[in-house]
This record gives sequence, C-alpha cells and structure tokens, in this order.
Amino acid sequence: MSIEMKADKVLDLKGLSCPMPIVKINKGIKEVQVGQVVHAITSDPGALADFPAWAKKSGNEILKTEQDGRVTNFYIRRAA
Amino acid sequence: MKENVVKKQDVDFDDETSNSMNYSLLMKEITDMKSQLEAVSKSAPSNKLSMIVFSGDLDKILASFVIATGAKAMDMDVVMFFTFWGTPVLRDKGKKAGGKDLMGTMFGSMLPKGSSEVKLSKMNMAGMGTKMMKSLMKKKNVASVEQMIEMAGELGVRIFVCEMSMDLMGFKHEEMISYPDLTYCGVAKFLDEAMDSKIQLFI
Repeated sequence: MSIEMKADKVLDLKGLSCPMPIVKINKGIKEVQVGQVVHAITSDPGALADFPAWAKKSGNEILKTEQDGRVTNFYIRRAA
Repeated sequence: MKENVVKKQDVDFDDETSNSMNYSLLMKEITDMKSQLEAVSKSAPSNKLSMIVFSGDLDKILASFVIATGAKAMDMDVVMFFTFWGTPVLRDKGKKAGGKDLMGTMFGSMLPKGSSEVKLSKMNMAGMGTKMMKSLMKKKNVASVEQMIEMAGELGVRIFVCEMSMDLMGFKHEEMISYPDLTYCGVAKFLDEAMDSKIQLFI
C-alpha cells in the first residue's frame, strides 16, 4: 500500500540527462525550507544511483523512492 | 601538598602527589594531541576538484564539463586548467585577434576555433562521426559543450588558462570566450589549487 507523500515543491526533471538532474535538485532543494519535502521526477537512468549519492554528500534525506516504468519519483527532505 | 622526603631509589610518592603528577602528565598529552589534531585538519584537502584539461577532443571535453558541473551539484569547489590541446576549446568563434606572426596565424587557422569545432577522439570519420554524435546528443537531450560551458559559468566553475599554451599557439586574450571566472596563469597557480584538492584529474 503506498502512502500519499505530501511535497512542498515538485521538480519535473523528465527528459533531462546527466548531470542536469542533480544540478537541478541541488538548486531546487535550496528553494525550500529546512524540513520541507521536494518531489523530484526524473527519467534519467543514472539518477537512480546519483540521487542517493548526492543526498548522502549534501546531508539531505531521501524519504521515498518510487519507480513508475522509466520514471523515478524521489521524495527528498531538506535536512540542512 | 604534603611534604614527603624521598629516600629510596625507586621514588615512592604518596597518593596525592602521584595523582597530581599523573593528572598533569595526562593534561600535557591531551594538549599535545590537540595541537597535532589542529595541524592535521589544517593540512587536510578542502572540498575541491581540480582538473587539467589537456585534450581538445569533443568527447573528452564533454566528459570534463559533465564532471565539473556534477561536482558543483555536489557542492564542491571546481577548478579547470585548460592547457595545450584544451586551450583552443575556449576560443570564441565570433572574435578575431590581430597582431599575430606567421606561426600564430597558422596555428590560429589549423586549430579549432572554439568548442563547436572540436572533434571526437575516435570514429571522427572525416567529421561524420562527430556530426552523428552531436545529433544523437541533441536527440537524447544531452547538453552540448556550449550549453555545458554556459552552465559551468553559472554554477561558478573556475577556469584557468595556461599562458604558455596561449603563447605557443599564438592566441590572444581578446579571442577567448567571455566567461565569468577565467584567469590566465602558469602551472604554479594551478598546482596551488590542486595541492589543496580532494580530487585531481588529468583529461
């Protein structure tokens, strides 16, 4: 059963290829307050590994990862 | 402090004196370790990536800009040092520079005039391979080298250009692209940045 995740900001990154998805999320996460959630949607296959690596380095938290065919939905909470 | 006369060879302190001695020894050790720790953390490399861009091939230039912008997205400080075959990549096709000697003019016409004229390192196939790669990139929505350079500028990637290469190839400052953070320098300036970097790359 999937729980509906409430996001404070949605970033549609579909169609963007490496390194754009992490460039955009790095910018996008700074546009919300600490504690708020960004919903990033990406179709880049590299993003599956890139987003967790970026989150670890930047100190942010990936709350949920949802795959929908070729599209991946990341719910990220700004932690710092 | 109690005054105890020391008689024997093996010093036999009383409890209080012994404790106080141990304590000051311990404190000294801690102070020494603290200053050692400070020295080590001062010399640790900073969150920086330094890259020497020696190649002038499209594929290698693309890779270097993807890494540079990616590193910026991971909040690193990024330095790119363009030298030798990488130098012509930063020429502005729309700008002209006069006052060149014969060698300079020859180099100027033989070498690529900027990022749009660079070729693949392999499978160039007289330009066809490069054209195919560029159209494939466009189709898959991969940013072109020009777009990458612009993005790098926006993100704050610092570019250093080798003065020696400029001199050898006869390039003038006025024919290079306008870039927000571009410095002309020698190897020492780059090495200063590189010594302090966590990641050092040669492309």
